[in-house]
Amino acid sequence: MPELKVTPLGAGQDVGRSCILLSIGGKNIMLDCGMHMGYNDERRFPDFTYVTPDGPLTSYIDCVIISHFHLDHCGALPYMSEMVGYNGPIYMTHPTKAIAPILLEDMRKVSVEKKGEQNFFTSQMIKDCMKKVVAVTLHQSVMVDNELEIKAYYAGHVLGAAMFWIRVGSQSVVYTGDYNMTPDRHLGAAWIDKCRPDLLISEATYATTIRDSKRCREKDFLKKVHECIDRGGKVLIPVFALGRAQELCILLETYWERMNLKAPIYFALGLTEKANNYYKMFITWTNQKIRKTFVQRNMFDFKHIKPFDRQFIDNPGPMVVFATPGMLHAGLSLQIFKKWAPNENNMIIMPGFCVQGTVGHKILNGAKKVEFENRQIVEVKMSVEYMSFSAHADAKGIMQLIQYCEPRNVMLVHGEAEKIAFLKEKIQQEFKIDCFNPANGETNIISTPVKIPIDVSLPLLKAEAKKFNALPPDPKRRRILHGVLVMKDSNVCLMDVDDACKEAGINRHVIRFTSTVSINDNGPSVSTAHKLHTFLTDKLPQWGVTFSEGEISVESVLVKVEGDDDESQKTVYVSWTNQDEDLGSYILGLINVMGQ
Amino acid sequence: MKLYCLSNDPNKPCHILTFREITVMLDCGLSMQSLLNFLPLSFVPSNRLLNLSNYMPPDVSDPDLEGELKENGERIFVDSPPEFGPPLDKLIDFAQVDVILISNYMCMMALPFVTEGTGFRGRVYATEPTLHIGRLLLEELVIYIEQCPKSSFSSQWKNYVHKCPSPFKEAFMPKSWKQIYNMSSVNASLSRIQMVGYNEKIDVYGALQVIPASSGYCLGSANWIISSDHEKIVYLSGSSTLTTHPRPMDHNALKNADVFIMTDLTQTPISNPDSMLGVLCVVVSLTLRGGGNVLIPCYPSGVVYDLFECLSAKMQESGVSNCPMFFVSPVADTSLAYSNILAEWLSTAKQNKVYVPDEPFPHALLVKNSKLKHFKHIYSDGFSTEFQEPCVVFCGHPSLRFGDVVQFIELWGNNPKNCIVFTEPDYDYIEALAPYQSLQMKIAHCAIDTSLNFTQANKLIKDLKPTTLVVPETYTKPPVSAPNLTELVIHNTPEVNLIPYKWGEIINLPVKRKQGQLFIETDVASKIVPVEIKPGLSLSTVTGTLNVKDNVHKVQDILDDQKLLNKNVKYEWGSVNINEFKQKLFQEGITDAKVESLGGNVVVIHLQDEDALIQLEDNNTHVVCNGDEALRTKLRNIVMQCLKTF
Ligand SMILES: [Zn+2]
Repeated sequence: MPELKVTPLGAGQDVGRSCILLSIGGKNIMLDCGMHMGYNDERRFPDFTYVTPDGPLTSYIDCVIISHFHLDHCGALPYMSEMVGYNGPIYMTHPTKAIAPILLEDMRKVSVEKKGEQNFFTSQMIKDCMKKVVAVTLHQSVMVDNELEIKAYYAGHVLGAAMFWIRVGSQSVVYTGDYNMTPDRHLGAAWIDKCRPDLLISEATYATTIRDSKRCREKDFLKKVHECIDRGGKVLIPVFALGRAQELCILLETYWERMNLKAPIYFALGLTEKANNYYKMFITWTNQKIRKTFVQRNMFDFKHIKPFDRQFIDNPGPMVVFATPGMLHAGLSLQIFKKWAPNENNMIIMPGFCVQGTVGHKILNGAKKVEFENRQIVEVKMSVEYMSFSAHADAKGIMQLIQYCEPRNVMLVHGEAEKIAFLKEKIQQEFKIDCFNPANGETNIISTPVKIPIDVSLPLLKAEAKKFNALPPDPKRRRILHGVLVMKDSNVCLMDVDDACKEAGINRHVIRFTSTVSINDNGPSVSTAHKLHTFLTDKLPQWGVTFSEGEISVESVLVKVEGDDDESQKTVYVSWTNQDEDLGSYILGLINVMGQ
Repeated sequence: MKLYCLSNDPNKPCHILTFREITVMLDCGLSMQSLLNFLPLSFVPSNRLLNLSNYMPPDVSDPDLEGELKENGERIFVDSPPEFGPPLDKLIDFAQVDVILISNYMCMMALPFVTEGTGFRGRVYATEPTLHIGRLLLEELVIYIEQCPKSSFSSQWKNYVHKCPSPFKEAFMPKSWKQIYNMSSVNASLSRIQMVGYNEKIDVYGALQVIPASSGYCLGSANWIISSDHEKIVYLSGSSTLTTHPRPMDHNALKNADVFIMTDLTQTPISNPDSMLGVLCVVVSLTLRGGGNVLIPCYPSGVVYDLFECLSAKMQESGVSNCPMFFVSPVADTSLAYSNILAEWLSTAKQNKVYVPDEPFPHALLVKNSKLKHFKHIYSDGFSTEFQEPCVVFCGHPSLRFGDVVQFIELWGNNPKNCIVFTEPDYDYIEALAPYQSLQMKIAHCAIDTSLNFTQANKLIKDLKPTTLVVPETYTKPPVSAPNLTELVIHNTPEVNLIPYKWGEIINLPVKRKQGQLFIETDVASKIVPVEIKPGLSLSTVTGTLNVKDNVHKVQDILDDQKLLNKNVKYEWGSVNINEFKQKLFQEGITDAKVESLGGNVVVIHLQDEDALIQLEDNNTHVVCNGDEALRTKLRNIVMQCLKTF
């Protein structure tokens, strides 16, 4: 029985540092290569020694697939390819290829220049790594080699996010990366066809949440921002430069316009201008509404939102500031937080998930004091709000995706252990399929059914169809195909026995048996034959019993009656080939019993 | 497999391919040569056109024909809204078409004629740029015609075409010509299109797989690979091996086809696009420096993007960069906007710009710097204030029968300083200009056609090695314009079976299916026991339940409810050795066997005590006995021991 082997190096019963090894049909594939934002030591990268204790990975990995540009999915890529060593192909979509290097460089700067980390990858390494990237478009079938095929589907999580379908022979796997099943202000919903993979590896960030309606959350968000502004407070929204930020900007921009608000909205300089440019040029990846109207009005040209300057931190009066990074683990957003946290008029809105170990995670868990490396302690008096704007599928969405693609097995990753365990239960109950949730470093083996494609001679298929169609319709009747598989070098073809013998250059030898039975029946032998026909038809309901020219036939079995019309003793000949031995001897037995 | 040819214009192709009970339409081109027989539509009444004299064919006095035909310089024109030559609808009912495959946006202009009001219920596949830009072309066409409503429709003239002088007399099938569709048909028709990506495998009812492969001709242009499990058909439409803005042509996908249908080759077989571009640049510079204006009739997408890029650089060099370029089309803004968001469909050089991120085409920058100005119409807001001469104007339609180009010819036609430059290859420029003669403005002909020329096409065929090559008959003869250039044909070589076709023909294509495909599932596969007959050849019987769904055949294990079915049928082969057989009989206690030879390797063995008879021949054995099953089973075992099985 062929099998799939899956080992998470990261994201196994955990969020952050997504990196999953998949073995399928003799190919090894690395799904994502992320870093963990919560660690500053070697734990931030996946443990690649699992693949090989030392030396480059090139000969162990056939390809790397990156689902989207978030650093917890691609942050370890330059480390893996340039420092550990990997020269094979890396696949990602065009927008991911465009945006990922910018985020990597930004993260590198924060880590090396601000935190002074050593032994980090360099700018040149990011460039060299990106040279190994092959950009793919949605639904394009990409042959990595002669046997390994991949195909990207729209995931709707961030610009360019994709789910990947992976196939070798008759085995297939879908890896979702992060995805979102409900369209939002700038992206469409994830979509996949009924591809029936052997395994669906799905993220499960919001495994236990059924999120309330999007509209309510938006209203809530705007109300909280408005209240804070009204009391003269400052609102800090830590975001990733690309993704949620654009959606919230569209939201605030239209609200400011409608309510005629005057408080300034700032967007921290740097990535943002460029970011909006990417959105403009990859507009085909956004949702239908934006795509339709982009010629008249580009949604990403904002009127009310202005670039931020560091000096504004100490400006008096209300303001709203978007700043990176989103988990408050470094950079400008952290700097602003330290200044604004002690004032209870201010507010921080965390619009996304924060991994363990980050400041974002701490304050979301109610920490009133945060201690930093240099012993600096910051009191958190500002109000802390969590708004789940992260575009992940919730439990309902995950169930929906399973329904769409009809996998034979499901594996949940990228979620907290207990939540995953809960959803696993639910999936097994609802879909009656196996569900796996390996921890990091744990290998799951999933056996898959064989579906071997072989050639078949058309005359064989036609003969079967003709025979089947000749029988009276019966919904319970199964179609039986029988033939001889001719395996010649690497060619395999199913054909009828005569063609197979010809192909093999041998003579078939037909063994036929004819047994005679005497029975007593008055009248002409034809009427005896008719009686036998009725009798056999009744006894063999699933078989086509035919009668012509005084002979009864079932498959190769022939039954003939001889004897004078005025004598009661009749001789019945039952004849069959060796291939119908069971059927022939059964019929013989039936007639024997009848004759006694 | 059959191929129907529904279009008489190889550059606006439309075919039907039937294979495995699926009906596929290959492209949906609209022949527009008919336009040249009509008077231009002008939204400002033109005295000159209004004053053309009526024409009446010799010996005809039909009062209904009065005023329908006009004459200018020995050319005859119909005074009526222009009509188009849709695909032939007599050979096939469009309601039967399962799938339409569109190669590029120039080959879909007849789509509303085929899909609307015909009972069509199939699917239409095209790439994303083909859909977006195709929409622009269709919309532009409808707007151009609807903005100049004509009060009367002429129809009588169709009865007298044969009595008119050439070239009017040669008009192809005028009785089948149709008025243009309306915008709601365009929208309904385009809403049927399903967008596909290059190398996306599309399943057609389980019987066929179709894949679009990049063809290098224009944004989103594709060739189609249509395959079943054993046959491969390639349909090559507009393709280019030149380096311009689109993604390069994908050769690999086209290799080793059983049938290769090739159409839409260059319309300018004699000229070379690069040198034409060179001439164009010189003409533009000279005209501008001489204080004249340049008028370039064009489609709103395609080569025009390269012209913006190339001309702006050239104008800079020649010191005429202060002359603006105007791009006038109802869809100019959308066309420019779309060109910059389709990065994934562009050449690598253009694609790399997006990663910076810069716009892939410089025309966004040209617009920003006011070097290129675009307007929907010349009467749009702001045009008159922005307009300055001398300048270069790009506008439609290349047939010169409608669109803003009609107004520009009226405006500039009488000044010999001005120049009209023909770059689109679709129309004969002399015929296009005929209703306007006599003009004073200069005329330059620099048709730029990037599609394959005959040398490239022949080389391609040599590389791709199809078994059968199917081409329009016109490609097997030198072009009408150059009958001596016998190299301008598709060569008939011994390696390829060349089949030419003509409009209205149905061709049988030589693909005989001998094999199909089926899938064997685990339980069945595990029961396969290959028996080696000779080195490298093994046989094994296979029996299973056949499951046919959507043309996909699967063999599964047989459930136990089918009584008496021999699930492990084996076959015997070889011959029975008589001595061996007798010996085995003896071992089983049968000692009274009497062997009688009947000649010709036929031997009969009588078992008198047992009342049985065995007839042995080379290829068969017949065991005849009474109802004694124990005896028969014994004999069966002995026979089988003497034979080989698989
Ligand atoms: Zn993500």
